[in-house]
Amino acid sequence: MSESAVRKATGRILPIPTVVLVILIAWYAGAVWLNAPQAEALMDPDQPHGFWTLAQACWSMDRPVLPAPDQIVSALIDSVFGYPLSSPRNLLLQAGYTAEAAGVGLLVGLAFGVALAIGIIHVRTLDRSVMPWVIASQTIPILAIAPMLVVALGVMGITGLTPKAAIVAYLTFFPVTVGMVKGFRTPDPLQLDLMRTYSAGRGTVFAKLRWPASMAFLFPSLKVAVALAVTGAIVAEMPTGAQVGLGARLLAGSYYGQTMMMWSALIMASLLAVFGLLLVFVSERLLILRRGGRL
Amino acid sequence: MTATAASGTAAGGAAAATSSGAARAAQRGGAQWIMAALAMLFCTLARINLDSFGGIPWIMGGVGLVLLVAAMALFARGESRADRLASPILFGLMVIWLWEMLVVGLHVPFVILPPPSKIVEAIIGNLPILWIDFQQTYLHSVLAGYAIGCGAGFLMALAIDRSPFLQRGLTPMGQLISAMPIIGVAPIMVMWFGFGWPSKAAVVVLMTVFPMLVNTRAGLASSEAMERDLMRTYAAGYWQTLLRLRLPAAMPMIFNALKLNSTLALIGAVVAEFFGTPTRGMGFRISTEAARMNLDIVWATITVAAVAGSVSFAAIAAVERLVTFWHPSLRSGEKA
Repeated sequence: MSESAVRKATGRILPIPTVVLVILIAWYAGAVWLNAPQAEALMDPDQPHGFWTLAQACWSMDRPVLPAPDQIVSALIDSVFGYPLSSPRNLLLQAGYTAEAAGVGLLVGLAFGVALAIGIIHVRTLDRSVMPWVIASQTIPILAIAPMLVVALGVMGITGLTPKAAIVAYLTFFPVTVGMVKGFRTPDPLQLDLMRTYSAGRGTVFAKLRWPASMAFLFPSLKVAVALAVTGAIVAEMPTGAQVGLGARLLAGSYYGQTMMMWSALIMASLLAVFGLLLVFVSERLLILRRGGRL
Repeated sequence: MTATAASGTAAGGAAAATSSGAARAAQRGGAQWIMAALAMLFCTLARINLDSFGGIPWIMGGVGLVLLVAAMALFARGESRADRLASPILFGLMVIWLWEMLVVGLHVPFVILPPPSKIVEAIIGNLPILWIDFQQTYLHSVLAGYAIGCGAGFLMALAIDRSPFLQRGLTPMGQLISAMPIIGVAPIMVMWFGFGWPSKAAVVVLMTVFPMLVNTRAGLASSEAMERDLMRTYAAGYWQTLLRLRLPAAMPMIFNALKLNSTLALIGAVVAEFFGTPTRGMGFRISTEAARMNLDIVWATITVAAVAGSVSFAAIAAVERLVTFWHPSLRSGEKA
């Protein structure tokens, strides 16, 4: 490798670890700053202590205002490996419940979003009358409906996965519909005319031209939808007596002042979102490979 | 889109040239307005008589529905401003009417879904409470958090603009954090800043800052090399290039973030209130009244939130039209 290539590679890779390192240092400093009043109150006032002992006390408190990153990591490891997988205290099990709701809801939202997009591009009345409402539906803080939907469906005897998945589906259909409508309309008139010269019907045009062309728009929409799905599933787990899932853990941690419980649930939720994004990313790569290098 | 624009101008030319085309258009226009009016008459009658005449209101409602859909289909073919507004409005009315008819007619329990008429009653009956909640959630938490979050994101983007190193480090971080469920920090913020509105504003700040950062960065990068070269031939400095070329070019992306954030801000504030709040605020009202099965007040609060969200979105979109009038998506050809 030539020298300039090396410099180019380090120039591209180096910034991210640097930024991460700066954030970590700031985090430890912030933990000392925020936890110091509490930590000092806990220490023996007669015993003189230096800054280092204070810092160490700040980084190992039971209920810190801001836990140190290594505390969060060890709490996370403990909650994943410290309990059997069937125990409700196992965070992986709770993440599984959340992932299930997010996944099922995402699939339903995806199917509904694609179906609606197909309707919108083929039926003019739908395009004119429904499309404005699809967009308007997003200016409504949808997540506000979540607790009510959970309560309402609970009255009907529907509990557990269904209300959560319904909320996730409602959240995720929008980016899919908007993206797919745009995607189905990307083929230009020249390509559509070519299909007409082959006397292709609407179905064939859709299957051979519009559907393949829309894939470039599906994946960006899916990335947005994955982030929304995890958020939606967590919020759906928060209200009124939800027992399982990361959202319920967050709420319980907040009620009982269990800082570490909140932080580990939060980090677990972020890992879940990252995992979902990775799945989308990998399937996008696979499709690109199958299509010979482009989408 | 091109076909639409072409037929629109063609219609304009035809109106001047041939009177028969205009007359036919007017005739068709009359038919759809009459159909819409009849449909509404039938639907209203069906609702009024719902409790009395057995099956007759349902038949009337069915006729009304068919007329409504037909009117919508006719409006969808038109190109005038009124036609374009009429279809979505009719669709919205149809959804509300179907909701009312089905909930009342099929005796759906109140706790599952109250009919729209009861929600309107709840809004009118609880105006003082709704106003207090709106003040707490929207005027305090959302506006403060939105302003700080968007401002901070914008300034951060400008600050890292001059350093490629920071850009490469912070942009992926910003993208990653944008994809995370930031709403989960709500309980932590409540723990840090207390039950009042500052903790909600803090959640809103965290939710809005990264989308703004990422979008402003992308916007600042969107001016083309040719354009930047032109600025250089004018001997324009960094700030002149920024103010005259790159910031205006970034405006569409910045407004994208502003619109996205207006929804996120309201969600963040409402959800943060689930974790503890003084006894007012939209999120507090929704969670407590839902637990008490007073679903009409819950829906009334959601209506207020929806109206607030839509109005802020529309306001931002209006400012966007003024600022980015030059953008292709807003130029007259495609605007109609």
